[in-house]
Amino acid sequence: MSLFLIAALPFIGAVFPALLIRAGRNAASLSTGAVTLLALVGLLVHAPAVLRGEVVTSRFDWLPDLGLNANFQLDGLGLLFATLILGIGLLIITYARFYLSREDPMGQFYSYLLMFQGAMVGIVLSDNILLLLIFWELTSLSSFLLIGYWKHLPEGRQGARMALTVTGAGGLSMIAGMLILGHIAGSYDLSVILQHKELIQASPLYAPALILILLGCFTKSAQFPFHFWLPHAMAAPTPVSAYLHSATMVKAGLFLMARMWPVLSGTDLWFYIVGSIGLITMVLGAVIALFKDDLKALLAFSTVSHLGLITMLLGFGTEAAAVAAVFHIINHATFKAALFMNAGIVDHETHTRDIKLLGGLRHLMPVTFTLAGIAALSMAGIPPFNGFLSKEMMLEAAAHTDWAGVAWLVPALAVFGALFSVAYSLRYIAHVFLGKKRHDYPSHPHDPGPGLWLPPAVLVTLVVLIGLFPNAIATPLVTAAATAVTGHEVHFHPALWHGLTPALYMSIVAVLGGLLLLALHRGALAVWNNLPRPEAKVIFDALVRGLTQASRGITDGLHNGSLTRYAVIFLIFTMGLGWYAFSTGAFGPETHETLPITAMPLLGWFCLVGSSLCVVAFHHNRLLSLVLIGVTGLMVSLSFSYLSAPDLALTQISVEVVTIILLLLALNFLPQETPRESSPARRIRDIAISVTAGLGMGGLIYAMMTRDFAMPSISEYHLANSYKGGGGTNVVNVILVDFRGFDTFGEITVLGIAAIIIFAITEATLGSRVRARLLNRKPWKPLAGDAHPLMMVVATRMMMPIAFMVAAYIFFRGHNLPGGGFIAGLIAAIAVIMQYMASGFGWAAERQKLPYHGIIGTGVLVAAVTGMGAWFNGLPFLTSAFGYVHLPFLEEFELATAALFDLGVFLAVWGAVLLALQSLSRYAWQPGIASEHPMDINPERDDAEIEQEGH
Amino acid sequence: MSHLIILPIVLPALVGPFILMAIRFHSDLQRVFSIASVVLLNLIAVTLLTRTLDGSIEVYRLGDWPAPFGIVLVLDRLSAMMVLLTTVLALPVLLYAIGSGWDTRGRHFHALFQFQLMGILGAFLTGDAFNLFVFFEVLLIASYGLMIHGGGSVRLRAGVQYVVYNLIGSSLFLIALGTLYSVTGTLNMADLAVRVATLPAEDTSLIRVGAVLLLLVFAIKAAVLPLHFWLPASYANAPAPVAALFAIMTKVGAYAIIRMYTLVFGPDVPVAEGLAGDWLLPAALLTLAAGSIGILGTREIGRLVAFGAIASMGTLLIAIALFTPQATAAALYYTIHSTLTAALLFLVADLVMERRGGALSPRPVMPQNGLIAALFFAGAIAMAGMPPLSGFVGKLLVMDAARGDAWVWTIWAVILITSLITIMGLSRAGSLVFWKAHDRSVTPPETEEETDIGQPLTPELAPEPVPGLAFVAAFALLAGLVLLTVLAGPILKFTEATAAQLYAPADYIQSVLQRP
Repeated sequence: MSLFLIAALPFIGAVFPALLIRAGRNAASLSTGAVTLLALVGLLVHAPAVLRGEVVTSRFDWLPDLGLNANFQLDGLGLLFATLILGIGLLIITYARFYLSREDPMGQFYSYLLMFQGAMVGIVLSDNILLLLIFWELTSLSSFLLIGYWKHLPEGRQGARMALTVTGAGGLSMIAGMLILGHIAGSYDLSVILQHKELIQASPLYAPALILILLGCFTKSAQFPFHFWLPHAMAAPTPVSAYLHSATMVKAGLFLMARMWPVLSGTDLWFYIVGSIGLITMVLGAVIALFKDDLKALLAFSTVSHLGLITMLLGFGTEAAAVAAVFHIINHATFKAALFMNAGIVDHETHTRDIKLLGGLRHLMPVTFTLAGIAALSMAGIPPFNGFLSKEMMLEAAAHTDWAGVAWLVPALAVFGALFSVAYSLRYIAHVFLGKKRHDYPSHPHDPGPGLWLPPAVLVTLVVLIGLFPNAIATPLVTAAATAVTGHEVHFHPALWHGLTPALYMSIVAVLGGLLLLALHRGALAVWNNLPRPEAKVIFDALVRGLTQASRGITDGLHNGSLTRYAVIFLIFTMGLGWYAFSTGAFGPETHETLPITAMPLLGWFCLVGSSLCVVAFHHNRLLSLVLIGVTGLMVSLSFSYLSAPDLALTQISVEVVTIILLLLALNFLPQETPRESSPARRIRDIAISVTAGLGMGGLIYAMMTRDFAMPSISEYHLANSYKGGGGTNVVNVILVDFRGFDTFGEITVLGIAAIIIFAITEATLGSRVRARLLNRKPWKPLAGDAHPLMMVVATRMMMPIAFMVAAYIFFRGHNLPGGGFIAGLIAAIAVIMQYMASGFGWAAERQKLPYHGIIGTGVLVAAVTGMGAWFNGLPFLTSAFGYVHLPFLEEFELATAALFDLGVFLAVWGAVLLALQSLSRYAWQPGIASEHPMDINPERDDAEIEQEGH
Repeated sequence: MSHLIILPIVLPALVGPFILMAIRFHSDLQRVFSIASVVLLNLIAVTLLTRTLDGSIEVYRLGDWPAPFGIVLVLDRLSAMMVLLTTVLALPVLLYAIGSGWDTRGRHFHALFQFQLMGILGAFLTGDAFNLFVFFEVLLIASYGLMIHGGGSVRLRAGVQYVVYNLIGSSLFLIALGTLYSVTGTLNMADLAVRVATLPAEDTSLIRVGAVLLLLVFAIKAAVLPLHFWLPASYANAPAPVAALFAIMTKVGAYAIIRMYTLVFGPDVPVAEGLAGDWLLPAALLTLAAGSIGILGTREIGRLVAFGAIASMGTLLIAIALFTPQATAAALYYTIHSTLTAALLFLVADLVMERRGGALSPRPVMPQNGLIAALFFAGAIAMAGMPPLSGFVGKLLVMDAARGDAWVWTIWAVILITSLITIMGLSRAGSLVFWKAHDRSVTPPETEEETDIGQPLTPELAPEPVPGLAFVAAFALLAGLVLLTVLAGPILKFTEATAAQLYAPADYIQSVLQRP
């Protein structure tokens, strides 16, 4: 089976339990088991070749430009790990079927488990370190899901997050490490990297790469000081603890260290970091484990300790130690998984994991007791079980290790750790199974069905067999794996009896010391409890909480919702960068003559500046400031006119009129005065900033105006081609509807959108509770008695056709003289607005049947369709055509498609302004406000006469 | 003459007004036309993209005026990619809007949606700086309308901030364009490139000011710190499908930076020296930091996603600010990833908000908890840049591209540390929303909060929402992320070719300026 498929199978298979759970729990677990078995068989097919020393590969180019490829390889080390993962996986799947209760969503469980399995197999089969990283992080994620499997338990949720944070952090640092390593080696393929030991160790980046990668390994394999997450991961269901957190996932860090051993080990840095951390972890884990009363916590810390042991062996950097490490990986997986499952059985049957509540179970649960006894003795390193073999090898290696010139340190600490290891292992037997039978178990215990005890029994059988016949069972696999780790041919011949070696003496000391310690457990516990100990979870939680609160403080403090502040930051930042850009460039001399200052412009300048300053001074009075803004607008229009830009002047003034009217309508709903909110200091700050910004802007414009174009401007082309190519003598209009008609098309769309948004807001507001407030609104001041004065009504009626005529005139002359659809649209709108003003919204709306949405839509459509017309001539969008027509009795006149486009502009502008007006006036509607008559006093009106008669 | 290039702009510009004019009272018809339009746009976008694969650049001269005097649209690899990304995003977003019934909670959703697409697509296609401004206006005003769709006082208030801040940006855009025009006398981007390259060295201050102001405008759109303030409140309070569509809006800013600062003010142009990368890189790093800190510190799921969007813009801008072909190729890949991810998470956030409210505090189990949790988990993985989704690939690409830069260690450190903060924030939020609901201690809140004033009381008679469709849309986005990961190889090949095209602008300039 292709390696690719072996890694992919569990992922694909993860779908089955999720779906088949509907067919029952057996279907889910059987399908999961079948998938795993299939992958295992596929793997074992390659075993003979791998054991012969061949390497099976399977390559697929995924992202070659980055160096991230789906390359897999299977060598001895990979085979060892993959077999462990899939083999123990099968046992766990069986065990979990009987362990989980009816209420637990088993489909989910098996799906997560398979995802984890796939990720784990992926790690050990990857030949590409970036691919390995992917699987690496996937194990963190699936472990997160599995620890948090019992969602209702806070320990599960917190443990899951803690595990994800710690292992995730390690994974992230490993990303950096791997990127550096791949860069040094020139490839991310392990097979290449492993051949560049000298190159890598000579690189100045070796140390950072090593440390970053080790951070990943240490967090994953729960090495000191990152060990604290593992005990909290025990909130997961026991099958998960047995599988992920003792047998497989936590060994991923060890796997990686073993994988990289040929290139990374052998330096002092490696020895002192890996060896020392492993040693500390081993001792610390063993000591803590002895004082835990929770069965799973005891096993968790013992796992930490054994992981430390293996790390230490890898850290020694010698071949013998590496072989011992590989061998202990197998042994630990067998006895520890068995013990976890055993603890699960005890928990399942007695409903407690507290050692203090247990004892004397050997009579009630003989099978469980037998299994636990063998596995625990193996863990303690008692012959003839497999744990003894590898522990001897460890002690042997430790005995020959010299730490910074101190020869006794490592052996002494190793014995110390082994002593505690013996003590806690035996405690597991003594305090749970031995002793007197109790009568106060939370639930009456008995041996479980074979579904629960068979899986650990298989492992315990291995424990015994490897111990008795190591050469027959373990040697081929260990040899192949150790050969892959060290890169040399390894000869591995373990035996129960080595003769009277130092290791044997050390072992004897450890066993005797351990027994003594267990006997003194009560006293030792009292000492332990009085020792000041940092509680990792408390520290971690405080850190996370602090970080969260700091983040919240920063975020809320920064984004406090004050628009003023945002604008201030924007202005300062913009001015700063603008000044930087300006000052780092070369500023040339003025090249453009300025006009002489004469009286008229000077007067206009004073009016403009004066009105602007007045707006600032009187901004608290909304109406007054609106009037003053109107003055500013007027002055701008006048200056356009003075500076020979009549089109701009016309546009500006009509926009000004419409805007002021709409704003007046809006002001109706606001208090007359704006609130006084800012403190004097703040006002000074704001004044300083805005004055600086204004001066900067003014300076920029002055600099622009006193300099000529550095190169000829495109406007010369427009001037030259306006009549010839655009058919109009008014260049501004030709630019608007022809040269840059596409811009205009966009802008009328903007206008139309703005109007329908005003409409939509009105609808939303009037459809909500706000409507009641509007209906009951009291005017700020008493209303004028004469809302619809006769004079105004009559005048606006007469003005209307004239205004429309003017609009038509402006529209038609537009192409050649100042004018055009935009201005015409505004004027036509003003003609209608006047009617609204004179006779009120209700009256005018009744007489005006055109839907404004439709007008806007038509306008944009007319413009678009005009533009598309050119397609039929094979020309691009908006290409204009014009011709001159001569009809009898009339002068020759021009017909241009641009006029049609301008009609679209006209309609869109007209519709947009009126829709906005209509929407705003709807806010003002109150019962009785609408008059059915055009004016308040009408001599022709019947009721008016009656009223007069009444007087 | 092929008019296909302009169709992405003209088609929504026809459908939008048509909806207003003819079918504004028929919600179901609007849905049909809106979907048809977006499907057609997708077909057009795919066709356009295939036409750029051979490296050719197509120019469309509006009104048949020669460049630089008229307006041109330019189709190169970058614009084709961005157009396709927009339409690909628009379809699931639209389906979600229909499925969740959001489109009927206010007026004119579909018309505004079409106008929004018109603005975005126009911005990607135009080759004229002023026309870019016009399309920025179109997309701004349409986005404002969409943002406050459905009303409600919180949303309207956020909308005011959004529109005011962006109007300040628009004014700055005009000032910048004025400055550039006053020096060079042109607005066509290719022509600008030619002229800026040949400017006399003794008078560069003004063009530099113009260039940096322009960059600031785009930086506002791209939500670069400290110009990002408009984003969190407006994205968090916008209707979910709108926020999801907005995932592409920040990319418009990123696109414009890439376009202008490779074509006109490229790394080899002496006049623009030190204007872009020098401050953009630190600002991008801060953006990423602020985004991830926001993710951890937020109290509300919509805001969480909004900060996630800011963080991903940070990563994207880091890659852009390096201004090398390799980094730009990475940036383009990351653009696709970031867009789809932010959209997916906004939709998931909405699914959550509709069922239990957005507050990150324990509530009882909501309907479809498991399905939504799965979607959130996938989206969170993508956003945090964890494997196996495209965020991880994108992150690796960006980090790899930073290798040659002097800031490499800072960049790596910031990216990795913020990833951790993001993971912590997302796992916290996910655990609170999806897991803690199962805790037996969690009881329903005593009283329902008072509905916000300004929220419409009774939605008008509208077609029923189609909840299945909402999930289809979310899963479609997720499928997009999976495809992006699986096809990373070919997609990266494309973005590399795109980056190569960008850093050799002679082709572009010549295609635009040659007389037909």
